[in-house]
Amino acid sequence: MTTTEKPKVIGTRPVRPDGVDKVTGRAIYGADVRLPGLLAGRVLRSPHAHAIIRKIDVSRALAHPGVFAVITHDDIPLPAEPVMETIRGPMPSRWENERLLARRKVLFKGHPVAALCASDIHTAEDALALIDVEYEVLPPVTSLDDALLPSAPVLHDDGFAADIPGLFEPVDGRSSNIARRLELTVGDVEQGFRDAEVVLEHEYETAMAHQGYIEPHNGTAQWNRDGKITIWTSTQGAFGVRSGVSRVLRIPLRDIRVIPAEIGGGFGAKNVIYLEPLAVLLSKKSGRPVQITMNRTEVLEATGPTSGTRSWVKLGATRDGTILAADIRLEYEAGAYPGSPVAGGARCALGPYHIPHQRVVGLDVCLNRPKTAAYRAPGAPASEFAVESALDELADTLEMDPLELRLKNSAHEGSPRTDGAVHGSIGALEVMTAALNHPHYRSEITGVSRGRGIALGFWQNGGGESSAYANVHADGTVTLVTGSVDIGGQRAALAMQFAETLGLPYEDINSLVGDTDSIGFTGNTGGSRTTFATGWAVYQAALDVRDQLERRVARIWEVDRSQVTYDPDGAVLRGPDGTTMTFKEAARRLPGTGGNIQGQADIVATTVGKIGACFGAHIVDVEVDRDTGKVEILRYTAIQDVGKAIHPSYVEGQIQGGVAQGVGMALNEEYIYNDAGVMLNSSFLDYRMPVANDLPMIECVLVEVPNPGHPFGVRGVGEVPIVPPLGAIANAISDAIGVRVRRLPASPRVLLEELLPAGS
Amino acid sequence: MSNRVKTDRIVITATINGEERTFLADERDSLLEALRERIGLTGAKEGCNNGNCGACAVILDGRLVNSCCVMAAEVQGGTVTTVEGLATPEALHPLQQAFLEDAALQCGICTPGFLVAAKALLDHHPRPTEHEARFWLAGNLCRCTGYDKIIRAVLNAADEMSNGR
Repeated sequence: MTTTEKPKVIGTRPVRPDGVDKVTGRAIYGADVRLPGLLAGRVLRSPHAHAIIRKIDVSRALAHPGVFAVITHDDIPLPAEPVMETIRGPMPSRWENERLLARRKVLFKGHPVAALCASDIHTAEDALALIDVEYEVLPPVTSLDDALLPSAPVLHDDGFAADIPGLFEPVDGRSSNIARRLELTVGDVEQGFRDAEVVLEHEYETAMAHQGYIEPHNGTAQWNRDGKITIWTSTQGAFGVRSGVSRVLRIPLRDIRVIPAEIGGGFGAKNVIYLEPLAVLLSKKSGRPVQITMNRTEVLEATGPTSGTRSWVKLGATRDGTILAADIRLEYEAGAYPGSPVAGGARCALGPYHIPHQRVVGLDVCLNRPKTAAYRAPGAPASEFAVESALDELADTLEMDPLELRLKNSAHEGSPRTDGAVHGSIGALEVMTAALNHPHYRSEITGVSRGRGIALGFWQNGGGESSAYANVHADGTVTLVTGSVDIGGQRAALAMQFAETLGLPYEDINSLVGDTDSIGFTGNTGGSRTTFATGWAVYQAALDVRDQLERRVARIWEVDRSQVTYDPDGAVLRGPDGTTMTFKEAARRLPGTGGNIQGQADIVATTVGKIGACFGAHIVDVEVDRDTGKVEILRYTAIQDVGKAIHPSYVEGQIQGGVAQGVGMALNEEYIYNDAGVMLNSSFLDYRMPVANDLPMIECVLVEVPNPGHPFGVRGVGEVPIVPPLGAIANAISDAIGVRVRRLPASPRVLLEELLPAGS
Repeated sequence: MSNRVKTDRIVITATINGEERTFLADERDSLLEALRERIGLTGAKEGCNNGNCGACAVILDGRLVNSCCVMAAEVQGGTVTTVEGLATPEALHPLQQAFLEDAALQCGICTPGFLVAAKALLDHHPRPTEHEARFWLAGNLCRCTGYDKIIRAVLNAADEMSNGR
């Protein structure tokens, strides 16, 4: 460790660099981009969940006054490579193109079929109705049960998957909707159950739910006559958009510049390109810049969401509460194309626990719903809800305190992980102990229809590529540029790590987000990686500044370079015989002694093995209103091992926001479909996310067990907090009404019609 | 190219953030569209366009409204305050300052609506309880913060403003 012993900047709560722009309305989000001659684009979407496209006739729309261009799938080139790598494994490239604009079939209500641009949004909307599409409607498959029937209509009958091993393998000789099957094992699960004295098994379900960011997707593009393309968009990663557009439209990376606008929430789903390639094609055809924005119905029907799931959990333990074996089967809805987060669910389901014998089987199942996208700790909330519920059922059977049972089986350094790795230095035990000793857990809960629940959560933070550069100015201030878009205070968290490394005041660092032409490749803001991995990059850039300063000052002092060291304590360079020069003085002398300096770093942060494991423990008290079925959250405490909190307010903010989303999944949020595969609640009125009066203050306890794999001990914090709320709330409701909740959301309807009658 | 657009345009005069503005709008424009597309004030955001998220909240003649649910034509002769009208050249509004200091925003897309709605709250109820603040702001969706720090910032700003008097 080369930084100061006692942090001066890390752990404080300064105002974020982009704050004033965001409270005055001046910050430019994607839909706020204004360009001369900008046209408005709109997307025509399928009204059917499953249909063959017989014919598309755009002639009437094209003839409409004010319409400049119309595109269909025919405007998208065939892929250069038949197979593309994705985070969910290899896939036929064609599916990516067909997701953007349907070719032969539409696979979900809202599937894009055509797009156009016009002089203004009203004209564009009018013209959409003039695109004539003939469909042959097919029976839709909209539930896991339907999709898994041997007689179910098969979505992907195009043969593109044939060359990819493991994708849509025939089941009993027939083609099916099961895209992939995975199996992870640790130890000998059969032996584990033979040794167990208590065995229980139950099934649990969660509903499809949306990320629910308040800013709809958008994309603005300008195709210049020299073939160069500029894209402005709200995305979690400008470089991801660039590679996606390059691949789909077969344009060299060199010719595409992506300028990340401010982003109004993403939670995983703004890693995906939806509109950008369409805006590019419309700009090329019209010769004008084009902006497309989605409305809320489009967002809900055609972006995101996360999978609806079914989990079967079997646990085996001894009478003293030692868990010996866990057998789990997960069925996750992929949506219209393969790629549910079932692997994440499988990896994490048992993460907080030391269990010698494990088997987790996962199925990725296609059905006529939107293609799922990453959503905060993708896959983990559902599988861990199942495990955390089953643990409470086991605690009931064993007549043990549910937290004591968890503590007895807590994972520790050396515990086997389901993915075959072994836990390194982790804070699972510390988090559980902090929960056990917390006044909330120690307090009495009294009153009718009130209950308490607890659950653990586990997730891993991502690593990957990040770049940073730092221009040291002659007045001693610094401009710091990274490629990580700022979705919740990253500019501040990165400036703080840079300032800490050099011992500079936070206020002297101007922290900016670069575009794809101005900064080196940087992975997306997602996977809890930014403060961790890009933080590492700014640390390295600061060390580079330091190294260059030492060389320069050695030259000024005419001494050997080895005789000069930078001391971050005081931000001063020290030479022989007590000679010193402050950072500010050195910076002032740079222009006259060889020029200004730029510190720079390109790093690949690794999370393999010993690092990147994050744990949370949540305690919740609820009250169930037996007349209305509404569940009120009375008190909520979230305890999390955060490694090291760089800016504690934004760490708390991540936890509080994750809790609120988890509360939504537990109590109200779900996609409701009719038999035709049409979503019935595609507005914020009917897709019911938590509002301010649904929640109490959310107490956060930050446990700091430093990550040995990061210069400041940072662990990713953004994703873990959405994991425990589902199990904690289900356990609390069960405690309150004496009936086990095995399907979420536990909405007022479910409570009134199913759960409360069962208890009375 | 025969791209002549046939639309019915109307002339509207209104006081927007203290300045009298006369502008041309499509008769189908909502107030939100007029602010963003005709006047260039993009501080009010579109999150749902049907009155459920509050990101487009403005104060119209002293009343808190969702500007996506008001026709532009309705503001003829009226007075509109948007997020861009909260600060003075000298200082941020105490609510804006509190939102910064209390880290009451993450992505910031809902922030303009919350600030305007909170200003309307404090205009009517200078010292709200937490319960009152939560109910008043229930028309504004935030997906990042869990509302905790927003509510704290509003209550802290109310304190600041009351003590400053």
